[in-house]
Amino acid sequence: MKVTYYPGCSLEGTAVDYAASIAGVTSWLDVELVELFDWNCCGASSAHSLNHHLALHLPARNLALAEKAERDMVAPCALCFNRLKAAEKALLSPEGEELGISYGGGIKIWDLLDYLTQTAFLEALAPKMTAPLKNLQAVSYYGCLAARPPAVTGKTDYENPQNMERLLKVVGASPLDWSFKTDCCGAGLAVARPDIIDTLVHRLYERALAAGAECFVVSCQMCQANLDLSQERISRKFGQDYYLPVFYFTELIALALGHPEAPKWLAQHLVDPMPLLKMKGLV
Amino acid sequence: MDNKVNQLMRPQISLAKQLTDASLAVSSCFSCKKCSGGCPLTFAMDVLPHQIIRLALLGQEDQVLGSGAIWVCSGCQTCTTRCPNGVDIAGVMDWLKEEAVRRGGTIPDEEVWAFHHFFLESIRAAGGRLSETRLLRRYSLYKMRRHPNLAELKQNLQLGWKLWKRRRMRLSGPPALRGQAQIKEIFRTGDF
Repeated sequence: MKVTYYPGCSLEGTAVDYAASIAGVTSWLDVELVELFDWNCCGASSAHSLNHHLALHLPARNLALAEKAERDMVAPCALCFNRLKAAEKALLSPEGEELGISYGGGIKIWDLLDYLTQTAFLEALAPKMTAPLKNLQAVSYYGCLAARPPAVTGKTDYENPQNMERLLKVVGASPLDWSFKTDCCGAGLAVARPDIIDTLVHRLYERALAAGAECFVVSCQMCQANLDLSQERISRKFGQDYYLPVFYFTELIALALGHPEAPKWLAQHLVDPMPLLKMKGLV
Repeated sequence: MDNKVNQLMRPQISLAKQLTDASLAVSSCFSCKKCSGGCPLTFAMDVLPHQIIRLALLGQEDQVLGSGAIWVCSGCQTCTTRCPNGVDIAGVMDWLKEEAVRRGGTIPDEEVWAFHHFFLESIRAAGGRLSETRLLRRYSLYKMRRHPNLAELKQNLQLGWKLWKRRRMRLSGPPALRGQAQIKEIFRTGDF
């Protein structure tokens, strides 16, 4: 099955591990990702904070390119997905024609997690599990923008999404219930206001631990960065010794499939997941 | 009569209209405070989201445009999602940020503005995709000049080194796009 792939800028930089795990997993699931030709940055939070023209026209160019490719498009980054959907909404609105961009909404824009947790994929995945992640206690952390606002994303289960939990069950892990799965990690404030990240992420660590979690599972590279890169700093600041590895959902699929490359991607995390996986007898 | 007070309180009635014109009507707000109740960032805000909406409606421009809250908002969209009256509060926050910059006053959380500014500048300079390394370099230089914090700089350099060792940070920028001219035009028409 072929689908257009919009990786987004981080996946060429700080989230190369996510990119590699996506490439690794999709090839095992008979999904062929065709990278969108000549894609550009969606503008992210910075465009919608400072310049609404850029916030609309940067993602709109990608939509026009994607429609020409005549395939649905997946975006692994929640923010890219959100900006693409927001531009789509503007282009398809009654005033959209005045923007002079050729896009008729003939393709569907998917958030990668949604795409890979369609029932057909989960059913196909189940018999392929060679190394189920038995007894791995995980909280799903969806973050904000894959789901909110529903008027843009088109999601119905935006307060309590469940598809990552369904996936975790298929790969043999134990998804835990908790109330912070769509709470904000601070996202793009990470550089300018790390103090804010510290407060928000510290709360997520505490709530995850209270739920009995041994790790986080994420589907957004910004969430991964804030939970993973700040862990040492937050531990120091709050006088705790947090150890909560932060997996991409694609990495867990790969581990459960017995993908030989998975340890290589995990070695790129700052919080090394290996001690946890060894303790659980999963590697 | 204290003219100074009257001056301060004089409403700029155009503010609510400007927001309505930008498809961000605030007039249906009945101050239920659901936005502030769900906002994860209130701990860092000087004015709460429902107060921003109310003050905007009352035309208190200086208070909303000069607030730190609009810069602390992470755009998580919880408020917009939950508003029972369909007010796009996060959208209002963005509009206010842009307007505050346009008017050229003092920005309380200048670092946040600077980060966003260098982010966009780095997309433009790299020809269409973000160069994370350029962004961090430009932002760090700005920070050293305006608000030097050696401890934070040291921490960031250490983090950069750890990422580089793990190949999550690269020195070369992204490839320039075939559609560079289109990107340039988008930035030009957006006055950036």
